[in-house]
Amino acid sequence: MIFEVFRQEKKGAAFAHAGSVSAPTAEFAEAFAREQYGRRQESVALWVVPRGEIHAVTDFADELNKTYHRVDGYSLKAKLKEARERAGTAVDR
Amino acid sequence: MNAQELLSIADDELILGWRDSEWTGIAPSLEEDVAFSSIAQNEIGHARALYELAAAALGTTADELAFDRDPSDYRSSQLVEQRRMDWAHTIARHYLYETADEIRLAALKESDDAAVAGLAAKMDREEQYHRLHARMWAERLKDEPRFKEALEELWPYALGVLAPEQRAALAERVGLPETQAVERDGHSDELGELWEEMTMVRRSIPGATW
Amino acid sequence: MRSATKLHPNDRSVGGARVTDQEFLEYVQAGGQVETTDWMPDDYRAKLIKFIEMHGNSELMGVLPEREWILRAPTLQRKLALTAKVQDEVGHSQLIYRVVEDLGKPREQCLADLISGKSKFHNVFHYPTKTWGDVGVIAWLVDAAAIISQKALLKCSYAPYARIMKKICWEESFHILHGRDVILTLMNGTDEQRELVQEALNRWWGPLMQFHGNPIAKDEDPMYVWRIKSQGNEEARQQFLDGYVPQIWELGLTVPDPKLGKNDDGVWEYGEPDWDELKHVVTGHGPKTQERLEFRRRFLEQEAWVRSVVLAEAA
Repeated sequence: MIFEVFRQEKKGAAFAHAGSVSAPTAEFAEAFAREQYGRRQESVALWVVPRGEIHAVTDFADELNKTYHRVDGYSLKAKLKEARERAGTAVDR
Repeated sequence: MNAQELLSIADDELILGWRDSEWTGIAPSLEEDVAFSSIAQNEIGHARALYELAAAALGTTADELAFDRDPSDYRSSQLVEQRRMDWAHTIARHYLYETADEIRLAALKESDDAAVAGLAAKMDREEQYHRLHARMWAERLKDEPRFKEALEELWPYALGVLAPEQRAALAERVGLPETQAVERDGHSDELGELWEEMTMVRRSIPGATW
Repeated sequence: MRSATKLHPNDRSVGGARVTDQEFLEYVQAGGQVETTDWMPDDYRAKLIKFIEMHGNSELMGVLPEREWILRAPTLQRKLALTAKVQDEVGHSQLIYRVVEDLGKPREQCLADLISGKSKFHNVFHYPTKTWGDVGVIAWLVDAAAIISQKALLKCSYAPYARIMKKICWEESFHILHGRDVILTLMNGTDEQRELVQEALNRWWGPLMQFHGNPIAKDEDPMYVWRIKSQGNEEARQQFLDGYVPQIWELGLTVPDPKLGKNDDGVWEYGEPDWDELKHVVTGHGPKTQERLEFRRRFLEQEAWVRSVVLAEAA
């Protein structure tokens, strides 16, 4: 069975995919992962998961211009300039 | 704990580590190869730490104790000296040795000598993983005829790793009856052959720094 | 570099348009990354498997000459370091064969093809090691030549391979230092120890010069065209000479090539490597090829029961 291994480099860091090991059981996979991804104390923690338990999502639809919920949907420069001029607080910037 | 007693444990770890490192590159699976190599390295590391303690008492160095004694002066047990290049015997030996070593280390951790007790505690923490590994394999192989035969064959040698008063505990843990042990005081030809290969570079230019 | 377009799994389309082989080529040449489930031309997949498999084979075969010296290491420190180094190499072969397996070729098949001689491994691992001098020269120079090739794979268009190369290069960093330490200790030792190094260097120089392969032009090298590697053969060799000949000369060692020298344009000139020897060796006729393959076969067969009884997938 293939087990995927995720490692945490240091406390607080995200767990990142590191690789995979071939093992008959979770117990063997843990032992193998410990050595392959931690024998130099290069990881503070590992997650070992059977490959079959991982579900990949690789397609996303983005068809109808959804900038309303992203930062790039908001350009305030012109409106701010107009507002400052109206209030008499515009200065050369 | 005197230097000679330290040397028996150090020699056990050195010779077993040497034997275990023979599997580097040819273990049954690549993942197991990497895992078993760490165990071999830890054993050599333990040997080194023990030799350093003994060396301080004897006025020499760890390397000189590890390599420069005559083969007949080594105090290793016959269990670790055997060349068993098949996996069933290797795992049987690994399982028996780790179980015996756990008993031995538990006693060492109670030593009056603070340095010895401290080192035993450190070694025991590393050995925890060796024991997990050994048990994992022994459990997986317990019904395999090759493994059962190997265990029975190596059992008298395993008893010889421990002092007589510790053997009953080993028998209880392994689940085999205490029997006549193959004692530590003899060496087979295999140790001599191992020593020849282990020391051939070092002996080629005596006194050199490597 | 234009932004990477998306390649959809098992399907040649990118946003609805069909991807041609040409578009795939342009995609990887612009720095595009390919994942395991992406579509790829059959030729790319086949070349990738062959290249990566050879790398895995080489790591595994390279272990055999080195493991003898673990047993003979003259100090506890060297024994530990060598064991750890060789362990890393076995670990690398594990990483590499996993990549090949995910591309469609099972590990057992890779090992069977290695043993039968159907697939190849790098020239340097077909030669004998004779002394502790070889241990130093291998860790110092052979590993250095290999690391240069490996660094050229860090930007491999096939992303799973690029990712393992990162771990491999990181682990190799101690191998270089260990190699240098062994060599410097020998060079600072006795005359006999210095002679061990020179003698080993004399034997290894030929295979080292052949290691990076015939100097085919980058644009004719499919590995470079597909951006599997980012460097041509001659570029790698020049990098090796530039980095390591000065290191060799500064220790008072000589290189057994009277033509070796850097010209005014900063290019290293050297006596023509024996390309016939290279071909002869990698096709399975090296001095130690058969013995080492036989050794591997022996243990694979002997321990086959372990794989079927213990390591087989849980039912």
